[in-house]
Amino acid sequence: MAAVFGCWTSASRKAVKPVFEKNKALLFYPVQYEGLEQSPYIFYTGATTNQQIVPGLDYLKSQGVKSVYLVGSDYVFPRTANKIIKAYAAANGMTVSGEDYAPLGSTEFGTIVNKVKSSGADAVFNTLNGDSNVAFFKEYKSAGLTAAAMPVVSVSIAEEEVKGIGTQYLEGQLTAWNYYQTTPGAANSKFVAAYKAKYGADKPTSDPMEAAYVGVYLWKAMVEKAGAFDVEKVRAASDGITFDAPEGLVTVDGKTQHIAKTARIGKIGADGLITEVWNSGKPVEPDPYLKTYPWASGLS
Amino acid sequence: MTVLFGQLFTGISIGAVLLLIALGLALTFGQMNVINMAHGEFIMAGAYTTYVLQQSITGAGLSLVVALPVAFVVAGAMGVLLEILLIRRLYARPLDTLLVTWGVSLMLQQLARDIFGSPNVQTRAPEILTGNVALPGGLTIANNRLFILALALAAVAALTLALRLTPLGRRIRAVVQNRDLAAVSGIATSRVDRTTFFVGSGLAGLAGVALTLLGPIGPTMGTNLIIDAFLVVVVGGIGQLKGSVIVAFALGVLQATGEYLTTLSVAKVIVFVAIVAFLQWRPQGLFTLRTRSLA
Repeated sequence: MAAVFGCWTSASRKAVKPVFEKNKALLFYPVQYEGLEQSPYIFYTGATTNQQIVPGLDYLKSQGVKSVYLVGSDYVFPRTANKIIKAYAAANGMTVSGEDYAPLGSTEFGTIVNKVKSSGADAVFNTLNGDSNVAFFKEYKSAGLTAAAMPVVSVSIAEEEVKGIGTQYLEGQLTAWNYYQTTPGAANSKFVAAYKAKYGADKPTSDPMEAAYVGVYLWKAMVEKAGAFDVEKVRAASDGITFDAPEGLVTVDGKTQHIAKTARIGKIGADGLITEVWNSGKPVEPDPYLKTYPWASGLS
Repeated sequence: MTVLFGQLFTGISIGAVLLLIALGLALTFGQMNVINMAHGEFIMAGAYTTYVLQQSITGAGLSLVVALPVAFVVAGAMGVLLEILLIRRLYARPLDTLLVTWGVSLMLQQLARDIFGSPNVQTRAPEILTGNVALPGGLTIANNRLFILALALAAVAALTLALRLTPLGRRIRAVVQNRDLAAVSGIATSRVDRTTFFVGSGLAGLAGVALTLLGPIGPTMGTNLIIDAFLVVVVGGIGQLKGSVIVAFALGVLQATGEYLTTLSVAKVIVFVAIVAFLQWRPQGLFTLRTRSLA
């Protein structure tokens, strides 16, 4: 097997990681994740924490947010992400007003939303996954909580998920990603047009889709540079590979096997699309162990 | 204090959801002893009915009102079809029924995936049901939860009255209490079974419509609900509606309280431990029906 493109959720990646390492096979993992990992046989084409969660927190801080409430699904990504968020908060004068986890697939958020509401936090950082998001946002709205009064920053809600929850519940809420369907640029216009021509005009493109698409092209470039499909040769050729991706220029960092990506904060609109409200201006170098952030020294 | 009342209401509304998803099962499992694992997929059918209706009926309020009876009939018809094709041939073979209906449940999930795609779909709730009632002291009660509570209570009332007062209800009770004696008294038991199954499955469809206000609408939504529904019926006691009603609200309040004091995961554990302990003490459930049948 030359390469595998796939996996969704960190739980599944952690499960297959030893198999890939033992058999020296290559996996391209396309989803944003919690960092603190660097397998020689995985290329991470989604964001690590310093390309998504840290920019999300920087944005909240710049908006004057002093306290955040953490809501997440009960598995490895939210638990680790929240550890990082708490370290960030402690170093940046923010308080964490509360922290709650729901089992994966849980759809009963009455109590958690009650707790969020009575906490008086300025914002919510949401690391829920899948169906739980639907129930959480329906509950959030019916409790009278709004994006204006207490915005929610989500890291697992892209255009596809917005369609499954309903803009009625999401309008004005924030997301942190590296790509949106609305991201400007010729590469993205071409990507969106080709995607819609193949799958239908009502099908949106999203960050994980784009990261998976980018992964295939990066692998192609690595193989061409190495002149072989051999896993070790492809890995050796990976450093410095670039691709004019729909999200903008991305560059592979051969040392961490992550890619440099531009961080983008977006706001969900009434049309179900996400519009950028802030970006990092240039690609952010991947730092999965947050070594360049003094406040994160105790984490890994 | 506000939080305490807020939590009490949350518990009651969790109970209302449990009651609504378990009510149909209380009929098919509780009254007829049919273990129908596809009950969750009838709930899903109700939810998708709302979605499909909203493609042509644009008003969110009107489509919800129309969806209630339509979903009842759609899910009920699916139930009757299942009864005629499979379950009728498997009466008195509960383990086989369990496996067969589980297979049906998987097939229905795949069917939903083929028709609607695997991602969740969205429905629009009427604006009024996304708001809340503000009470003094900062307490708010969500309108969608009030609506579901009212719907659950109305369904229980309607079902209780139908079982007590109508000729059909009398026939259903007669078949439950003693199938053979009912048959020799001239009751067409197989027709009664089919009607019971229609109503029980239809109630699942009703629950599906209500759940579009609270949670996701997707191919696997039913699987997440089916366990809770069975727990309510088993703990409540088979053959009685009042057991299911009491247990649904008790579990709801226990869940909400446990969750407030600990975490959602621990609260689930507390609920399960309570159920296991309770069934050790009363294996037959909260209420039992004394029947004159020999079985």
